[in-house]
Amino acid sequence: MNKKYSAGIDIGSTCAKTIVLDKDGKVVYKDLRPTGYSSVDTAESIRHTIEEAFGKDSFHTVATGYGRISVPFADNKVTEISCHAKGAVRLFDKNDINVIDIGGQDTKLIVIENGVVSEFLMNDKCSAGTGRFLEVMANTLSVSPEELCAMAEKGNETRISSLCTVFAESEVINLIGKGTPREDIAYAVIDSIVEKVKTQSGKLRMNNGPLCLTGGLCDYGYVVKMLSKAFNKDVMTKPDARYAGAMGAALYAASQM
Amino acid sequence: MADYVKMWKELGMDLEAHDNLCQVLPTAVGDVFLTQENRPKAMDFWDLVISEVHGIRPAELIEEQKKGRKVFGTFCVFVPDEIIIALNGIVTGLCGGSQFWVPGGEAVLPKNTCPLIKASVGARLGKTCPFFRIADVYVGETTCDGKKKAYEILGEDVPMIIMDVPQMKRPKDIKKWKDEIADFAAKVEDITGNKLTVEKLKEAIDIINNKRKAMKRVYDARKSLNLPISGRDTLLMTQISFFDDPVRCAEMCNKLADELEERIKNGVSVVKEDTKRILVTGTPLAVPNWKLHNIIETSGAAVVCEEMCTGTRYFENLVDNSGNTLDELFMALSERYMKNNCACFTPNPGRIEDIIRLAKEYKADGVIDCSLKFCGLYDIEKKHVSEALKKEGIPVLSLETDYEDSDSGQLRTRIEAFVEMMKG
Repeated sequence: MNKKYSAGIDIGSTCAKTIVLDKDGKVVYKDLRPTGYSSVDTAESIRHTIEEAFGKDSFHTVATGYGRISVPFADNKVTEISCHAKGAVRLFDKNDINVIDIGGQDTKLIVIENGVVSEFLMNDKCSAGTGRFLEVMANTLSVSPEELCAMAEKGNETRISSLCTVFAESEVINLIGKGTPREDIAYAVIDSIVEKVKTQSGKLRMNNGPLCLTGGLCDYGYVVKMLSKAFNKDVMTKPDARYAGAMGAALYAASQM
Repeated sequence: MADYVKMWKELGMDLEAHDNLCQVLPTAVGDVFLTQENRPKAMDFWDLVISEVHGIRPAELIEEQKKGRKVFGTFCVFVPDEIIIALNGIVTGLCGGSQFWVPGGEAVLPKNTCPLIKASVGARLGKTCPFFRIADVYVGETTCDGKKKAYEILGEDVPMIIMDVPQMKRPKDIKKWKDEIADFAAKVEDITGNKLTVEKLKEAIDIINNKRKAMKRVYDARKSLNLPISGRDTLLMTQISFFDDPVRCAEMCNKLADELEERIKNGVSVVKEDTKRILVTGTPLAVPNWKLHNIIETSGAAVVCEEMCTGTRYFENLVDNSGNTLDELFMALSERYMKNNCACFTPNPGRIEDIIRLAKEYKADGVIDCSLKFCGLYDIEKKHVSEALKKEGIPVLSLETDYEDSDSGQLRTRIEAFVEMMKG
């Protein structure tokens, strides 16, 4: 095949991420946009953008994420588990790592040994402990997720007992009703996400490699700090970590060329 | 399709609701089964039965009832069919595998009851299952708390016999189950008006043993790396075997096994060479619950064995019929049935040994341990299952699902990722 580039498109429930690699594996393009109402339209607009920049038919494309089936032009589809793993191995430049991916709709825990997935776990149907949970709670407190994190840092230890987003929201409303400071409620929200991830991790055997956070929450320093505290281990992350899935997909595309 | 409307009407079924059910089934059958390539020819029989699942067999049962035979509806593989057969009764499975019946069950049961129980109760109370209308008596058993209490609710509507399954496997428990079988035999004698004899029981033991051997032949063929039949097709065969006449069931399974053995000889496989082989374990898959198998087999893998009640637990282990008294035969029955490693037992190391043994026998690349939502017994046991398999170096994926289709995307992602992981 004479395609010049490999593209990875990760259609998440909240955001669509794209990475384009050239033949040497260098990142030549990255893009993040809201998935919006129609993942098909979003995928089409991504295709349009990258074709404009790099030319038509110059890509081998792998789609991933929950919307991977909505990318009809992709040459292949690979699950977000495999893509996050492959992407994280490249981003963190380590072969034995443990990945926590907190996405919009689900939370994934992936154990990677010698560069390949050895075990993984995803949360169930419920959105507790996900980016969506954070968004819903921030909304209830009339702040942005970023502001919620900043507030939580100043909050006092407070707990939400319910793991379900809907029930937790009513708990938050109760706390508001009782006059609990917003900072304390924000603390409880982040604490609940971190606790949920920590509890889930008990079901698999993590290795001694670093613990890395990927997905939309990687920009939130406070979440990283609280995760490190819960796991008693420095959680690594980097701004590009939210592209881990797209990066993995692009690497799969490259390997299939 | 034959016209069964008159029969359904006479059975007092809710025809309008039943029509809605009948409308969705052909699509499901088409999507799950008829899209497969290169199916064994002998599957024609099961295709026909499933296409008229509420017609063909119910009509036969009604004919037999007219001759004075009694029909026993059962919920579980612990019920000793041999006793019923020996007393000229008929055993049939009951409905409970579709989301269609769940809302009806939720009308009287807590929402957090497993879908199998909710669907069974819904099928009975909603009058949309001919088997539930036909049976003269229902045989329940104490294999979980949900069923125990649901039987009390069902008992308001239908005559029930409850067998008390022991929860441990000490010698006194096996003795206790023998006594339960003896009590059950007395009740079945009352209902059928027939007298149990050693000869009749031995004959019935042979009939059911032959059915088990025939089913095992089909399963044994799946051990071949040259996979001659899909998991979906085998599952359908197993599901229908709960409803069919045991002699015909054995005959049909043997015919299928002949064809599968021929396929192995000729190198005919239903999957590509690099297809990952999956052993499925967990809660039963009642007809028409094909969701898990369908997702697995459209995600680059094939199901090669089911360690479940709708699988190996139904036919493994034969009953020793060398006894010369009813008491000896009851004990032989108890010993066979008590080898079943249902999660209702504590402790239950036998199930883990079975899973590991079967994974090796069937050359599985990985195990999917899937339980129905709100089945605490199987859900809790997942921890030991997963630890034991990891120790053996066998990849395992633990899942939980119900009858709704809404989680099929999430299931597919996990299963595809599991397959990708096995491919490395």
